[in-house]
Amino acid sequence: MDSSVYLKDKLFRRLGLFSSLTIIIICILMFVVLFIYSYPAIKQFGVVHFILSDTWNPVKKVFGGASAIYGTITTTLLALFFAIPLSVGIAIFITQLCPEKLKSYFSNAIELLASIPSIIYGMWGLFTLAPIMRIYVEPLLQKIFLPIPYVRYLFTGTPLGIDLLTAGVVLSIMIIPFITSIARDTFELVPKELKESAYAMGATKWEMIKDVILPYSRVGVLSGIIIAAGRALGETMAVAFVLGNDHNIHLSLLKSSTTISVTLANEFTEADFRLYISSLFYLAFILFIMSFTALGIAKFFLGKMRK
Amino acid sequence: MRIEKKRKIKNYIALSLATLTAIIGLFWLVFILTSILIKGLSAINLSLFLNDPAPPGIPGGGLRCAFIGQLIITILACIIGVPIGVLGGTFLAEYGRNNKLSGLVSALADMMTSFPSIVVGVFVYTLVVRPMGHFSGYAGALALAIIMIPIILRTTEETLKLIPWELREAAFALGAPYYLVIKDVVYRGAATGLFTGIMLSIARVAVETAPLLFTSFNNSFLTLNPNQPMPSLTVTIYQYAMGPYPDWHRLAWGASFVIVIFVLLFNIAGRFFIKKRLKK
Repeated sequence: MDSSVYLKDKLFRRLGLFSSLTIIIICILMFVVLFIYSYPAIKQFGVVHFILSDTWNPVKKVFGGASAIYGTITTTLLALFFAIPLSVGIAIFITQLCPEKLKSYFSNAIELLASIPSIIYGMWGLFTLAPIMRIYVEPLLQKIFLPIPYVRYLFTGTPLGIDLLTAGVVLSIMIIPFITSIARDTFELVPKELKESAYAMGATKWEMIKDVILPYSRVGVLSGIIIAAGRALGETMAVAFVLGNDHNIHLSLLKSSTTISVTLANEFTEADFRLYISSLFYLAFILFIMSFTALGIAKFFLGKMRK
Repeated sequence: MRIEKKRKIKNYIALSLATLTAIIGLFWLVFILTSILIKGLSAINLSLFLNDPAPPGIPGGGLRCAFIGQLIITILACIIGVPIGVLGGTFLAEYGRNNKLSGLVSALADMMTSFPSIVVGVFVYTLVVRPMGHFSGYAGALALAIIMIPIILRTTEETLKLIPWELREAAFALGAPYYLVIKDVVYRGAATGLFTGIMLSIARVAVETAPLLFTSFNNSFLTLNPNQPMPSLTVTIYQYAMGPYPDWHRLAWGASFVIVIFVLLFNIAGRFFIKKRLKK
């Protein structure tokens, strides 16, 4: 082979290799950098203490991540609570009920929800959804749930519209397309023979879905849910608009709160001394690990399913 | 007989519920889009595009600087992100096929596409903003590029893997070296797919907000120099929507309108290209 051609081929190969390695480099560098910058806070507050303490007081220079972590997990769980039944229902509709002609249009419409930027969700949440929640939905919820013992603690307080519940609703809309698309794909992988044998036994369509399709695609749907959770954990803008920024832990869903990403968005450029900045990096580091773990687990399940 | 009826009713209820969820999903989409489009439309006028922001509290003004800043940051991000993404994806699909390392890169890239974008912002802040001592358009572009690379890498890999292996073998048989095979056979066959993937990833990255908060920051003056803090549409929306002035809110709605139209156009164009390719 001509040596210049050989060189060019080698060069091209090298370029490709380095480009693909940037992914690994970025991941490792991110981990290292976040760790180094959060080290002063880790040394000062420790790991368990930082995660469990809910004091966030820049004036007294005491920081604990519990409130932000609580908010992050609560909004994510709320979003999953609303989104899972909806997404699975939508996936069932698309694969089993939707007329063949409309199928692709409908799938695209749901997928469009994923293309809407989070800042738009934020705007819409703040100016359109929050007033509706404040005036109609939350008073209604209070009317229903306040008389019930124990459950009532989730609904105490003045409805403001800027709270955990609204944030959960907005997040749930954002993650619907992720669960739906994976659920849809796995539903379609169910072998025809299995479905037909259920019908041959005289099962109704619902019984076939419940006893054949859902058990068969359990792992796929689960990984879709975990991916969606990973998304919801780190979502910033949509939540920043409708959550307020309150570093207290309230049991009530009608109180404002904060998440890790919202705290970062609101305070990162304002932090004016080393420990403050370092504590924010610490939060970012925790978020990094949380979402990496979630996405890793999802990836593992998906890989297992493919096999 | 009664059991049969019960099962039928159950079936009917469950299927209606599934249809209901589909209607709810569609309802959210329509609700969000129409409320943005209706409220945004009233904020659209020429001065939105031609003027710079007025001082706070004074009516009028536009977002010219934000449009231009957004454009510059996005273009810079593409200059960094597209070549790395395409080359990396090419490596995974061609040279590194069936390689353990490629499997790892591909899995990591997949995870990075769902990664919290604000963490990327924090990361770039430490890499670029801190050493330089000030916020800059370059930092914003780098943050967007970091988000863009894994997306383009994955779409490139998937697209190239769709090209039949036999085509490459035919070119090998003619004595072509691998890089020429890739350039003249594989890329040519995959051109529409690559183009669509790149377009869709740009559409996704261009409207990110969180990574820009601590990198390009904001600026209420027109600047063409990426070494300075640069305004972007998304960060401007965030600032204006959270601000107290009705006039700011109006501008934020106008900017949201433009972003939604942009996203819709890109998505429709992308689907159109995909369809065209499938028909061939």
